[in-house]
Amino acid sequence: MSTVVGEMDHQDHHHHAPSGITRWLFTTNHKDIGSMYLWFSFIMFLVGGSMAMVIRAELFQPGLQLVDPHFFNQMTTVHGLIMVFGAVMPAFTGLANWMIPMMIGAPDMALPRMNNWSFWILPFAFTILLASLFMEGGGPAFGWTFYAPLSTTYSSDSTALFVFSVHIMGISSIMGAINVIVTIMNMRAPGMNYMKMPLFVWTWLITAFLLIAVMPVLAGAVTMVLTDKYFGTSFFDAAGGGDPVMFQHIFWFFGHPEVYIMILPSFGIISAIIPAFARKPLFGYSSMVYATGAIAILSFLVWAHHMFTTGMPVAAEMFFMYATMLISVPTGVKVFNWVATMWRGSITFETPMLFALAFVILFTIGGFSGLMLAITPVDFQYHDTYFVVAHFHYVLVSGAIFSIMAAAYYWLPKWTGHMYDEKLGRLHFWCSLISVNVLFFPMHFAGLAGMPRRIPDYSLQFADINQIVSIGGFAFGLSQLIFLWVVIKCVKGGEKAPAKPWEGAEGLEWTVPSPAPYHTFETPPEVK
Amino acid sequence: MATQHEKYYVPASSPWPIVGAIGLGLIAFGAGHTVIDMKNETVDGWGSNVLWGGIAVMLIMLFGWFRDQINESMGGLYSPQLGHSYRQGMSWFIFSEIMFFAAFFGALFYARVIAVEWLGGASNNAMTNEVLWPGFEAMWPLTETPGGTTTQAMGWMGLPLYNTIILVISSFTCHFAHVGLEKNNRKQLTLFLGITIVLGCIFLYLQGAEYVHAYQDLGLTLSSGVYGNTFYMLTGFHGMHVTLGTIMLIVMFLRVLKGHFTPDNHFAFQATSWYWHFVDVVWVCLFIFVYVI
Amino acid sequence: QSSQLNLTQGVTEISNRVYDLHMTIFYICCVIGLLVFGAMFWSMIAHRKKQGVKPATFHENVKVEIAWTVIPFLILIGMAIPATSTLIAMEDTSESDVTVLVTGSQWKWHYKYFDHDVEFFSLLATQQEQINNRLDKGENYLLEVDRPLVIPTGKKVRFLITSDDVIHSWWVPDFAVKKDANPGFINEAWTKVDEPGIYRGQCAELCGKDHGFMPVVVIAKEPAEYDAWITEQEQIAKQAKAEEQRLLAMSMTEAELMQLGESVYLGNCAACHQPNGQGIPGVFPSLVGTDMVLNDLPAHIDIVVNGKNGTAMQAFGNQLSLRELAAVITYERNAWGNSTGDLVQAADVNEYKNN
Ligand code: HEA
Ligand code: HEA
Ligand code: CUA
Ligand SMILES: [Cu+2]
Repeated sequence: MSTVVGEMDHQDHHHHAPSGITRWLFTTNHKDIGSMYLWFSFIMFLVGGSMAMVIRAELFQPGLQLVDPHFFNQMTTVHGLIMVFGAVMPAFTGLANWMIPMMIGAPDMALPRMNNWSFWILPFAFTILLASLFMEGGGPAFGWTFYAPLSTTYSSDSTALFVFSVHIMGISSIMGAINVIVTIMNMRAPGMNYMKMPLFVWTWLITAFLLIAVMPVLAGAVTMVLTDKYFGTSFFDAAGGGDPVMFQHIFWFFGHPEVYIMILPSFGIISAIIPAFARKPLFGYSSMVYATGAIAILSFLVWAHHMFTTGMPVAAEMFFMYATMLISVPTGVKVFNWVATMWRGSITFETPMLFALAFVILFTIGGFSGLMLAITPVDFQYHDTYFVVAHFHYVLVSGAIFSIMAAAYYWLPKWTGHMYDEKLGRLHFWCSLISVNVLFFPMHFAGLAGMPRRIPDYSLQFADINQIVSIGGFAFGLSQLIFLWVVIKCVKGGEKAPAKPWEGAEGLEWTVPSPAPYHTFETPPEVK
Repeated sequence: MATQHEKYYVPASSPWPIVGAIGLGLIAFGAGHTVIDMKNETVDGWGSNVLWGGIAVMLIMLFGWFRDQINESMGGLYSPQLGHSYRQGMSWFIFSEIMFFAAFFGALFYARVIAVEWLGGASNNAMTNEVLWPGFEAMWPLTETPGGTTTQAMGWMGLPLYNTIILVISSFTCHFAHVGLEKNNRKQLTLFLGITIVLGCIFLYLQGAEYVHAYQDLGLTLSSGVYGNTFYMLTGFHGMHVTLGTIMLIVMFLRVLKGHFTPDNHFAFQATSWYWHFVDVVWVCLFIFVYVI
Repeated sequence: QSSQLNLTQGVTEISNRVYDLHMTIFYICCVIGLLVFGAMFWSMIAHRKKQGVKPATFHENVKVEIAWTVIPFLILIGMAIPATSTLIAMEDTSESDVTVLVTGSQWKWHYKYFDHDVEFFSLLATQQEQINNRLDKGENYLLEVDRPLVIPTGKKVRFLITSDDVIHSWWVPDFAVKKDANPGFINEAWTKVDEPGIYRGQCAELCGKDHGFMPVVVIAKEPAEYDAWITEQEQIAKQAKAEEQRLLAMSMTEAELMQLGESVYLGNCAACHQPNGQGIPGVFPSLVGTDMVLNDLPAHIDIVVNGKNGTAMQAFGNQLSLRELAAVITYERNAWGNSTGDLVQAADVNEYKNN
């Protein structure tokens, strides 16, 4: 069989990349597609970040200075949407594309053409979403959670565009996830059994499962919003026997697993980097795998912790409180395992490791505030304040985004064949680390003191905190330009990277040269 | 199949994915504007032109993509491992479809067990009923909404029952066709595949008749409260899936006539058959939860 | 108000319990954090490659794994117990002394006392000039309303919370009460305030454009004072009704109508239709030069009195007095160059309402 294929010699069976624009448009190569995902997500990060800068600039001082409240709400909403669906998720998919085939010894993703389709849907989806901002009445202004009836009866005309753009984003994510799952289940090299897979592969396997399970539910939710707004249904309208809170149940049944979709691959990344720079095998591999599974299962049972104030019966509140608290246990297992991996290792502090260490600490802080939020009676006080905003930026920015940065630094030599500039990398790290805390830590105080989220203006007691936060925000935003610089510099040139630039690194991806050839593992390696 | 040593077939680059992306982009953009135009009663209708354009692009894409795929497959390029990928991919796709229906079933259960009950004063909502909806009584089917819209319920006898029987039978005939294919009995294959298609069409026709009956005689419309909403959304999306499934079956039928598929290489047929069974199972759930109970 | 960094301790037994719970869990997290980060930093310092350490090779230990699964679990149980009892207490709205129906609408609160004939709207009182930085901001910037809710101290007050349009959330940190106002449903919450005082909060659920401008102010008064207040309010309400009947017979002049109309417009309509009547294209319709405003008086009265279903346009018929309705309609028909010259009187609106 294999000889037949060899003789059919298609153009990309040569060992170098085809050139020209069609390479990118028509490609079936997982590395090309991975790169496109990564660049796309970075652009979205800048776009979503710019919106955050608008938010921070308006909140710099009390009073309305720059934007009117309606536009402010659009910024908040689209910032959240872009960061979640445009920056973090595609970045992880990009990493999955690049790394999973190489980590399991596969020649490519299982369904390469569908892979390309998944990617190319995204630019269209986000163009539509962003374009809706320029329509009469503005774009979506109901929060990234688009609670009905604010998103139905009371939303602007453009809502239909929002709905359909979410639909096609969802199609893209589902196809991407199917691809990942099938690749992992079907394409492992001989000997690569499940309990030998790197944790990044494991976490992505579970993430992909979560994606396939919940993205369709999101599709259902936006569909009902569409019909409620435009076709006279009353899913979310009491007069017709519906319930606005039903929207929230459906949304969060998607939404909570969604937040783990944005963190599980991070866990995989960190589980690759810490052993590499501690020069010591990952502690508790199998318990890491089980913990990931436990988090995934629990993530389907906790959604209503976002809805404690909606007036659920007290028994339901208790159930969701307990279930939510339980998630701390498997997550804690992960944190402890990482610490145990470092324990008595031989540690060095290259940029990927710095980001990974910052991840562990700052994610844990975000996890602690999550646990506080899980305590229903106290959540009544925290809910919809900046305390929540602080919580989720800790887990998302200094969590997910930091892990993506760590991954980028860790694998850039493999992708480009060049070492990145270590000095600049560290500069980026220290600037980010300090500013991210100036940006998000004081938000806890603002929230505790009573500042609601999603407001364009606030009372005077919050003025000082917001000023500090905004300054941190600008600094953090500017720091990310250093990253852009490092990446461009590294793509363009730099010290040649060996096949395995990190002494303690393990995994099949380090057995191929740097940069990784256009096709790797066309004949699968034997894994012992 | 981690133990296989053969070479995996990595398909050559292809223009169809990006054509598909453009198609979907146009559909999303066009559908959005169509809906907005409908609401604002704008008549220039360029939104729907974009929508139709997008659908055309999608059809061209599907046609081109599948043609390439079929040629490659018939050319013997595909490895069995790729076949596995396709099969697994299809199963996960069906799983995602199940979750899509789950959202609407969830809405049905929530509305029925929680929302309507609460509006009627159950659980911690005694005051809801007393202050906001005095006189409203919880019931299902919700033939009178709190807002006062009335409708009649759709019984399960008659059309829905016939449709259930038809669809269940079609699942069996589909299976027999598959068996025929695996035993290389082309006659059995053609015959039963043909019957399946006819049954699918009858189902769709009866479903249409049921809708007409609902609108004209029962006053049960998409906007008659959450009972009508869940009824039409569930049966409607199911009907769309049956339509798609029937089209897939017809394509398979044409390919069978052209002599495609062998007893051990017929992924497309198998996928279609899975899809058909899936659509059938959804209907059975629907019949139970929407009509009977 | 001095700037505060920690959770509001509040003035009720419940709010204090919530505060204590918050502090307990916070301290527990601090201790766990200290241990975890301590171990991490110790490794980072002591187990550096620079120190010349050779890495150990251990990578598994089932006993340790079990320990750090079970211990956190036990800690969680320790947290869950006080949390549960506080929660149950908070959700027990039975045996209340006073009941108030709280209704949110874009962007104001409406309070209605169950056992008295008293109800009123409560709107943001901060001037637009302060928000737009043309005037210095006052001490209670954005946290002041024209008519606060008044409740008695030492009594269990039950709030029935609902909404007319989108979801709002009624929040007073000092009472540790935050409950969503869901349209079509009623949620219940309660408080028992021990100290008289003025307590301020805000709407805590994104409810559209002016979500940030929808404060809650509650005044807790000694029961005797409260009783006096509520009787007085009942009197005022009665008088207002009588006065309204009397005024029906009288006409207002154009100047009077326009002056009252403008103030009503700015207080109730301008948030959407904008002070210049232009609205926001695509969201809120303009009132300038439109067909209804220029030519269709009955439709104009109808939409102001009854609102328009399925849009943000509320029914103002029971929010404003007949005089105010007449004035604001007159204002809209004559301001911003509309100049129809139509004068609408309270009697006209009354007649419309009674048909
Ligand atoms: C990556 C994303 C991410 C992650 C990982 C998490 C993780 C967690 N989140 Fe978070 N969350 C969000 C993203 C995320 N969240 C977002 C985006 C929102 C807001 C959405 C919106 O409204 O817009 C939100 C909101 C949110 C709420 C709702 C708040 C509100 O609106 O009122 C709650 C409530 O329970 C919550 C809880 C938790 C918990 C318990 C965890 C746990 O998984 C954390 C577990 C981790 C730890 C606890 C730390 C490590 C553990 C140890 C060291 C072990 C020992 C510890 C103990 C025993 C205490 N989150
Ligand atoms: C992964 C997701 C993610 C990420 C990365 C971020 C990143 C940031 N977020 Fe985000 N945020 C969310 C997810 C995320 N956020 C979500 C889900 C919400 C809730 C939305 C809702 O309520 O519906 C939210 C809401 C939210 C709010 C609350 C808004 C409100 O309630 O009204 C604020 C306020 O400060 C904020 C700030 C920031 C800042 C300053 C960053 C920074 O980290 C961004 C840094 C990046 C850049 C700035 C871009 C790079 C730099 C340039 C392009 C150069 C130009 C720079 C300058 C001019 C300085 N976010
Ligand atoms: Cu009302 Cu926010
Ligand atoms: Cu959650």
